[in-house]
Amino acid sequence: MKLHEYQAKELLARYGVPVPRNAGAVADSCHAFEAALNLGGKAVLKAQVHTGGRGKAGGIRIVRTPEEAEQTAASMLGMILKTHQAPEGIRVERLLVEEPISVESEIYIGIVPDRASQCHTLIVSSMGGMDIEAVADEHPEAVARERIHPALGLRTYQARRACYACGIPHSIAGAVASVIMSVFKAYTELDADLLEINPLAVVTGGSLVAADAKLSVDDNALFRHPELAAYRSEAAEDPIEAEAQRRGIQYVKLDGTIGVMGNGAGLVMATLDEVARAGGRAANFLDVGGGARAESVRNSLEMVLMNPNVRGVLINIFGGITRCDEVARGVLDAITGMDLPVPIVVRLAGTRADEGARLLADSPLVTADTMQEAASRVVALAG
Amino acid sequence: MSILVDAGTRVLVQGITGREGSFHTGEMLAYGTRVVAGVVPGRGGSITADGVPVYDTVRHAVDETAANASIVFVPGPFAADAILEAADAGLGLVVAITDGIPVHDMISILPVVRQSGTRVIGPNCPGVISPPHCKLGIMPGNVFTAGPVGVVSRSGTLTYEIVDELTRAGLGQSTCVGIGGDPIIGTSFLETLQLFEADPETRAVVLIGEIGGSDEETAAEYIPQMSKPVVSFIGGRSAPTGKRMGHAGAIVSGRVGTAAGKVAALTAAGSPVAETTHEVASLVAAALAGRSG
Repeated sequence: MKLHEYQAKELLARYGVPVPRNAGAVADSCHAFEAALNLGGKAVLKAQVHTGGRGKAGGIRIVRTPEEAEQTAASMLGMILKTHQAPEGIRVERLLVEEPISVESEIYIGIVPDRASQCHTLIVSSMGGMDIEAVADEHPEAVARERIHPALGLRTYQARRACYACGIPHSIAGAVASVIMSVFKAYTELDADLLEINPLAVVTGGSLVAADAKLSVDDNALFRHPELAAYRSEAAEDPIEAEAQRRGIQYVKLDGTIGVMGNGAGLVMATLDEVARAGGRAANFLDVGGGARAESVRNSLEMVLMNPNVRGVLINIFGGITRCDEVARGVLDAITGMDLPVPIVVRLAGTRADEGARLLADSPLVTADTMQEAASRVVALAG
Repeated sequence: MSILVDAGTRVLVQGITGREGSFHTGEMLAYGTRVVAGVVPGRGGSITADGVPVYDTVRHAVDETAANASIVFVPGPFAADAILEAADAGLGLVVAITDGIPVHDMISILPVVRQSGTRVIGPNCPGVISPPHCKLGIMPGNVFTAGPVGVVSRSGTLTYEIVDELTRAGLGQSTCVGIGGDPIIGTSFLETLQLFEADPETRAVVLIGEIGGSDEETAAEYIPQMSKPVVSFIGGRSAPTGKRMGHAGAIVSGRVGTAAGKVAALTAAGSPVAETTHEVASLVAAALAGRSG
């Protein structure tokens, strides 16, 4: 679960990570007026969307008075923010209102699980405010890494060593190390799978403040974080993905026109690739899950069709323990009484695939023998 | 011969009375797997409908039945503890089917599990099968047939799809290993390739990878040292950056984990990479013919 900046800052503050004085997130312009008033008039309005490059796209604006905050908020809320990371654009629903800070220099702090070493890893850079991968390429000396022991956790000497190694000045290294330890505590206790402070701003006078924060909590660990449940509905960005989450379906929205569903994540990924090879673009990723029973097929088909961009659907099922004739009956059950708004191509393979195909022969569904054939048919039918 | 499991594997099922655990115990027994015990805390002393004795602890089950491998169906919140219990009881192999184990849990237990000499396969995997002797997993047994091809994969159904085509093409399998779709897993592609290299029965290997992480790239560095051909397939070529495609581990983060990077590494290592699932079987046939001819 990706959290918004305002949610991340609220949580980090509880762990003692310094954050800018703020008036929380607002969803309408009158609240922006009040929020700016509470901060003394001058404020920064920051669009709460899951993408980098907000500033360049007009998603961060400085205002000098509550009136200006109200006007600016009215123009920002509801706008479609297009960034290099999200070229299709994301609708702005909320703005974080916080005090402006005068930044002298910027530091990067990140903690992630490193897959290769199978340890959590701390990354610190004296060149914050930029894409950390780019800094690592161009200025490797400005980036330090520390592998975190699975049982001992991050030790203070490691935090200090990382600061010295990447060239953070002595005058603030101790204070940065102490922020790092608080960040690690938050990362551990929140079951994060990504926690980034970029930048940790060094403000005039030398004090530190987390100007931006990115936090993602492991979905598989949410069971032990009931306190985060309230954040969940606000964290989701796409309404269809939010609905899929409620139904317990693995659904990822994509920007094409071919709805895709299948059983098993790997098979669905391969199906998306076939759609691309056939010259189409998938509208979504959807894993029906094991079994592919009538109810889950119907549920999934409804989800796929919720996206108004969908002009054709490809159902790709490999029958294993669940036989293809059972799956075919499930698909037929699922579409009974349903008004099919777009062509649907079904491809069944594996156990009793021929029997399955025969059952579908008299239905309005189009059948295909291979994934490749199914992909080219659905792309052709969707036009 | 095969790797990891064979006719001598004595299986213990952790979470045998749950919906998945009980169903797949029946399927494993029907395949011919020797399921000798089940473990469910609080259910010790009972016997399942399939006639498998149930114990409260893994240690007791091992003492009584000499089980040497376990399969874990325990739900995500408790699964890491179940894997540790199996390692603590001295089992050599633990196959973790469970999907949804927290990353922090896996990172904290794996070093301890390795220290006790236990190999973990998974989690979030379909398991291991050495046809026709032993199925320690949830895969449909009828798709598999005995033969010279080793298969190692991060996914379930995609593997069945490819194995089905191998079987139809007359290319049977020595062992198929599902290493799992999570970011932190017990056994890597590299370790599985090393096992296949040492197995006299395996003459070619199929590696089925996907976007996310760099496990395929690491395995690619070893491929030139192998005496056996490795044919690959990479799923997720069209997947966008930053979106998790079903598997917790299937995500391109920044520049790490792209399909293009994996395809390039494998190709450079001399492994033919199939463009479509359909091409895998013919590439394997060609590789086998090339080596023997």
